[in-house]
Amino acid sequence: MFFDWLQQLGHRGLDIFERIGRAHLLFFAILAGQPGLLSRPRLVIAQLYSVGVLSLLIIVMSGLFVGMVLALQGYNTLVKFGAEESLGTVVALSLVRELGPVVAALLFAGRAGSALTAEIGLMKTTEQLSAMEMMAVDPIRRILAPRFLAGFIAMPLLASIFSAVGVFGGYFVGVGQLGVDAGSYWSQMQANVDIYDDIVNGVIKSLVFGLVVTWIAIFEGHDCTPTSEGVSRATTRTVVHSSLAVLALDFILTALMFGD
Amino acid sequence: MTDTTPLIRIRDLHFRRGERVIFNGVDLDIFPGGITAIMGPSGTGKTTLLQLIGGQLKPTRGTVEVDGQPVHELRRSALYALRRKMGMLFQNGALLTDMNVFENIAYPIREHTELPESMIRTLVLMKLEAVGLRGARALMPNQLSCGMARRVALARGIALDPMIMMYDEPFTGQDPISMGVLVRLIRSLNEAMGLTSIIVSHDIAETCEIADMIYLLAEGRVVAKGSLPELQQHESAWARQFLNGEPDGPVPFHYPAADLAEDLLTMTGT
Ligand SMILES: Nc1ncnc2c1ncn2[C@@H]1O[C@H](COP(=O)(O)OP(=O)(O)OP(=O)(O)O)[C@@H](O)[C@H]1O
Ligand SMILES: [Mg+2]
Repeated sequence: MFFDWLQQLGHRGLDIFERIGRAHLLFFAILAGQPGLLSRPRLVIAQLYSVGVLSLLIIVMSGLFVGMVLALQGYNTLVKFGAEESLGTVVALSLVRELGPVVAALLFAGRAGSALTAEIGLMKTTEQLSAMEMMAVDPIRRILAPRFLAGFIAMPLLASIFSAVGVFGGYFVGVGQLGVDAGSYWSQMQANVDIYDDIVNGVIKSLVFGLVVTWIAIFEGHDCTPTSEGVSRATTRTVVHSSLAVLALDFILTALMFGD
Repeated sequence: MTDTTPLIRIRDLHFRRGERVIFNGVDLDIFPGGITAIMGPSGTGKTTLLQLIGGQLKPTRGTVEVDGQPVHELRRSALYALRRKMGMLFQNGALLTDMNVFENIAYPIREHTELPESMIRTLVLMKLEAVGLRGARALMPNQLSCGMARRVALARGIALDPMIMMYDEPFTGQDPISMGVLVRLIRSLNEAMGLTSIIVSHDIAETCEIADMIYLLAEGRVVAKGSLPELQQHESAWARQFLNGEPDGPVPFHYPAADLAEDLLTMTGT
């Protein structure tokens, strides 16, 4: 009994390491495929559309609501100290440093990551990837590499849009509803948001998140069991693993950037 | 059929999937210009054999040489260069589902050549005409029937005029008319384009009609080889049973399994 259990545990462990190994091999193969995309920008543009543009609606809507909530919550706290003039700073910093990159990445994992996994997994299941190999077209270069690059480019853009829309959401609630002075909302924000400390660090975060989420999504699709059940499991795993990865990485990056 | 050096030479091929041994010492020669049929019970590994020839799988032991090159040892670029000379018709067609029929056939041409659009159009329409689907060029793959999809895939397979064409079950799902057309098409392609064809099929009558050489596979080995008349006279009862399609005899109809009674009495597991 005990040995059976031990054996199973060992098996699991080995499986996990094997998967990690395969994920890295795939990652390097995808990187090796990047230069080839220079001559085929259209492949990347098509993917930017499906990964980025199609995620815009959910990003804009969520950004708006998150900004509005931030303004409400921030106002209630700030007003106790008579510091409601700083509302612009609070909203902008929360968005640019944390919520923009993180929430956008979580939404991106749910919206674009799952779609990537399902698409690639189905292409594998229906032997389209094999067929491409037999046509002497490398699916890693033609299918996976452009999707990876598109995800990597789209994520910081989506996070920036999220933050920008959120700032306006905060403005509508803070200035429009709660009566914060419009001039101080903007000027406080301008004075206290640092280009390097806040904005660049936020962009670095979303670059890392974009890379990880897209990598996980592509790997799960490419590595799935080629059945409908396999694809559905891979899709679930993409969302779960990449959300966890985003939150864990966010902690690490925050500690590195702001935690001295 | 000539007795020059074989275009595809398989020696002592061993292959396993997990615990299951698929090939256990297969020797096989395919000569240029001929049509070779590979037959055997479902699940013996015919599709697997084609994947080994195409370099998508690697043998556990033995060699697979195509055009003098060991497929399983080639580097990526050499393998892709070799694959440009091979066409493969997948069992389920495997069309790219985000493009219409025309674009599917144009795809390998666009990938591998710099031909102008007008030339591509001519080429694609000619290939479509050959499989009788010129009128279906604007359809998407999900609007095609199974048999039509396979004919489109055939047109795509020959789009770049390969040297070797591998057909995995080309006749399944075809009505008698398109079946006849396909049989003649495969034969005439073989002659007109100087192709070497490998057909995997269960349709014994149609396949034997055009095959120069037939290999019968079972239980990981080549059980019999030869032309149709030779096989019909073959000493192996196995070969005769298979070609005549009788259910009883040395060919097992079942996937290897424990004794039925024992299996039914076992209460646990799947
Ligand atoms: N991906 C896989 N993983 C594990 N085993 C597999 C896999 N694909 C096929 N097999 C096994 O390999 C054996 C050979 O499969 P293959 O598809 O080559 O058979 P086939 O001769 O083409 O059969 P059919 O005539 O039904 O198409 C089968 O017994 C199958 O169970
Ligand atoms: Mg098969």
